[in-house]
Amino acid sequence: MRDVAIIGVGMAKWGELWEKSLRQIFVETALNALDDAGVDRLDAMYVGSMSSGLFVGQEHLGSLLADYLGQKALPAARVESACASGGLALRLGFIDVASGMNDVVMVAGVEKMTDLNPNEATYALGTAADQEYEGYHGITFPGLYALIARAHMERYGTTRKQLAMVAVKNHENGALNPLAQFPFKISLEAVLNSPLVADPLRVLDCSPITDGAAAVILAPVELAKKLQKPVVKIIGSGHATDSIALAQRKDITWLESTYQAAKKALAMAGKKIEDVNLFEVHDCFTIAEICVIEALGLVEKGKGGQAVEAGLTRVDGRFPVNPSGGLKAKGHPVGATGVAQAVEIVKQLRGEAGPRQVKGARIGLTQNMGGTGGSSVVHVLAAE
Amino acid sequence: MPTPARYWREIPQRYRLEAAKCRRCGLILFPPRLICPECQSREFEGVKLAEEGKVITYTIIRVPPHQFEDQAPYAVGIVELDDGVKLMGQIVDCPFEELKTGLRVRIEFRKMMEEGEAGVIYYGYKFVPA
Repeated sequence: MRDVAIIGVGMAKWGELWEKSLRQIFVETALNALDDAGVDRLDAMYVGSMSSGLFVGQEHLGSLLADYLGQKALPAARVESACASGGLALRLGFIDVASGMNDVVMVAGVEKMTDLNPNEATYALGTAADQEYEGYHGITFPGLYALIARAHMERYGTTRKQLAMVAVKNHENGALNPLAQFPFKISLEAVLNSPLVADPLRVLDCSPITDGAAAVILAPVELAKKLQKPVVKIIGSGHATDSIALAQRKDITWLESTYQAAKKALAMAGKKIEDVNLFEVHDCFTIAEICVIEALGLVEKGKGGQAVEAGLTRVDGRFPVNPSGGLKAKGHPVGATGVAQAVEIVKQLRGEAGPRQVKGARIGLTQNMGGTGGSSVVHVLAAE
Repeated sequence: MPTPARYWREIPQRYRLEAAKCRRCGLILFPPRLICPECQSREFEGVKLAEEGKVITYTIIRVPPHQFEDQAPYAVGIVELDDGVKLMGQIVDCPFEELKTGLRVRIEFRKMMEEGEAGVIYYGYKFVPA
């Protein structure tokens, strides 16, 4: 296997981009990444998208987007693993370059979600759950995470306030990210008094519906060293699956796929979780971030809520989690999220994160998750 | 919305709660599968799910998918049946303030949703207080 570097990153403003189509959102961001890398030729492309078919009625994305990017005959594939589509695209691009099959590979993610009304979007997102044994009963994604939240609260004593503090922290971080959908702070009271979506989760526990894209360019490290930018390497990659039906898990509060993916990625990197300086994780709901930091091993099982309250995961804490603002404040254009996590870690490791810079960051980790943890992809990135 | 063929195919589980018990390790699978996820055995016997159990977690859906718009708000929970199988379903005939984990419930055959003005009515299982 060859060592792989990320030589370019691209992202543009996320939000309700009513004036822009899926292809336009993608191409603007992909061009950003090409310009950042200083390359104009690609050998292959992987694009994560959860459900362009349901959101805008468009499949066959690999070819469409390669064409609009002006890359004739480019081998391009769309990658799907629900909300982990972007993370999985990154892993496939990594494998492609590491194997020696291709040299310069674009990994992107894109989702155009606001062409549907909210209940239709809720349905589209819900297809990431087991349609025959979950969807049939009218469950939604906020509902599924609400089931996890109630179980976590009753078993471990996690409080409503601790859940809210995840959203407050991520908005504090997102307030410093100009590309975020919601670049502003929110108060604890605002979270606790926002309308119920699926008890005990409220609107401000939930990541939003977002239009957006993210892109990175991968290349062998020898090639990256010839460029002008600081070299950021992918030193570990892990991927695992689990039953997508929540009821079929032995412990509904435990994200086994994240635990397994992190174990593999850290083993490949030759690192321990304590060695990692910052984390971009899948906070699709506040309870998700709490379960993720437990599964990654930042805290013991059941202690995630207390850790958030104690400030462990703040940008100035021992384990900064979601300095970008996370899915909560930055936005969650589903297929783009896993790639955007890598974009943030690269900016941080290059020292280009501006006011939200985690000082002295050398190693970062991304954790991207599909459904309620039916799939997880973890990457470990390091500054050379 | 499921097609008629899909709806018909799912009837053994929705109407009759048909499950499969692994002949090697005894795990009960609902829905039935062709291979046991615990021991990889491919030998099963047909069993019917236990019809009572207790709520292990629940929520109240206030923002529904579009096909459930006329039902919201409604409660959905995960119930651990007396045979150990965990099953998701709506919890009905129970005021929201009386919902709690540990609540004993039983399975009843109920209407789930309907399709269009003259379309098919879908049935399935829901939980009611025992």
